[in-house]
Amino acid sequence: MILFSVFSSIALVSSVMVIRAKNPVHSVLFFILVFFNTSGLLVLLGLDFFAMIFLVVYVGAIAVLFLFVVMMLNIKIAEIHENVLRYLPVGGIIGLIFLLEIFFIIDNDYIPILPTKLSTTYLTYTVYAEKIQSWTNLETLGNLLYTTYFILFLVSSLILLVAMIGAIVLTMHKTTQVKRQDVFRQNAIDFKTLSIAQKITQSDPK
Amino acid sequence: MASMQRRKGPNVVGLFGLLQPLADGFKLMIKEPILPSSANLFIFIMAPVITFMLSLIAWAVIPNQLSTPTFDYGMVLSDLNVGILYLFAISSLGVYGIITAGWSSNSKYAFLGALRSAAQMVSYEVSIGLIIITVLICVGSCNFSEIVIAQKQIWFGIPLFPVFIMFFISCLAETNRAPFDLPEAEAELVAGYNVEYSSMGFALSFSGEYANMILMSLCTLLFLGGWLPILDIPIFQAIPGSIWFSIKVLFFLFVYIWVRAAFPRYRYDQLMRLGWKVFLPLSLARVVSVSGVLVAFDWLP
Repeated sequence: MILFSVFSSIALVSSVMVIRAKNPVHSVLFFILVFFNTSGLLVLLGLDFFAMIFLVVYVGAIAVLFLFVVMMLNIKIAEIHENVLRYLPVGGIIGLIFLLEIFFIIDNDYIPILPTKLSTTYLTYTVYAEKIQSWTNLETLGNLLYTTYFILFLVSSLILLVAMIGAIVLTMHKTTQVKRQDVFRQNAIDFKTLSIAQKITQSDPK
Repeated sequence: MASMQRRKGPNVVGLFGLLQPLADGFKLMIKEPILPSSANLFIFIMAPVITFMLSLIAWAVIPNQLSTPTFDYGMVLSDLNVGILYLFAISSLGVYGIITAGWSSNSKYAFLGALRSAAQMVSYEVSIGLIIITVLICVGSCNFSEIVIAQKQIWFGIPLFPVFIMFFISCLAETNRAPFDLPEAEAELVAGYNVEYSSMGFALSFSGEYANMILMSLCTLLFLGGWLPILDIPIFQAIPGSIWFSIKVLFFLFVYIWVRAAFPRYRYDQLMRLGWKVFLPLSLARVVSVSGVLVAFDWLP
């Protein structure tokens, strides 16, 4: 219980600090802190594999990319003396709508006017099967993701492929004409041709 | 390393210069810490702390010995079921120590060096991840003790020998070490991501890097059998597992330093070319081929 409150409170505070920090690098660092705490919450839920995958994928790759972009953007620490209250009406309405959506998603019991299942005393159903032989997270994921739900796996890999091709196409604009070093040709130069190459370079005006 | 370069090397401090690292550490600790005035102080101080802390945390999952019938415990600090993934996450987080160190120094040289070093680490992490997957396929679980037990019949380094070599080279590149130390060599020269640090900051970064190096040679126990003796005969089993473990780690550290002295440095674009165009396809091919062989002969664990 203590761990849960620690992780969730730090996650909430850091996520608020993401949008409130003046320095964009600070907000990315708070972003990383959010993911750390989320992965801690996942560990508390018993999903150890997902916690590690969160760390590897989100913190180790995605946030690193964010950090690269933010650090290279040369943003001066914005002394934005803007009036924040200008955004309050519309922003407040949108925020309230999101909050309501969260309540809709979490549990119908929290909204008393909607017809609820009204299960205040419910019997806990012990899954005896998992007490005899329990699979690890990895095993269950492997058993389900690659057999029953393999379509999801293939679709997500196609999405990643599209993203990768998009990134390569964006950066391929002028670099296909760049002169590259041909290592094999360099290794194949013997002494006679080397001296020829030196003559060519010596005649270059410096 | 000095004898490989045909010079004397440090032999003043202790017997054969063995106390030289201690003298270096002592000197670093009593130096005056310099804090750049326009740097972000909190991040500046925390960056080497992060580096060192991550290298130390990663030791928590490395087992020294098995919980044999005589011993009732597995000599590991925490027997995670996702042990290898934990190590992979730690090495992904190691990138942050470098980026924050370079950026918070508030000097362009340090920043660029840090970005290059971070890009190099990220590139070789992909290859490390794929090779880890290759070993995982042969074993069946991410648990470190499980991986070491699975090598009882034969070490993984022997059938998967090319994978072992690739893993070793990727570990060299991951720790910014040996032929791939362009960012680090610049730290020994003028520019590099550690240029603004002095005394404890530098000491922590440096120790973090060496601890990372030892960690990577610990990772190589995936392949060489953790604490298992060479052959399964009782003579070798009388020697406790920890000693085998330390012998292997020492062997790998020796090879690390040997490689550092023996090979010239890779240029940065050659390094990146190697990581993405050579190691990534090769390790991907090894994953596919190993899983293909295992499925074909029905040897899946």
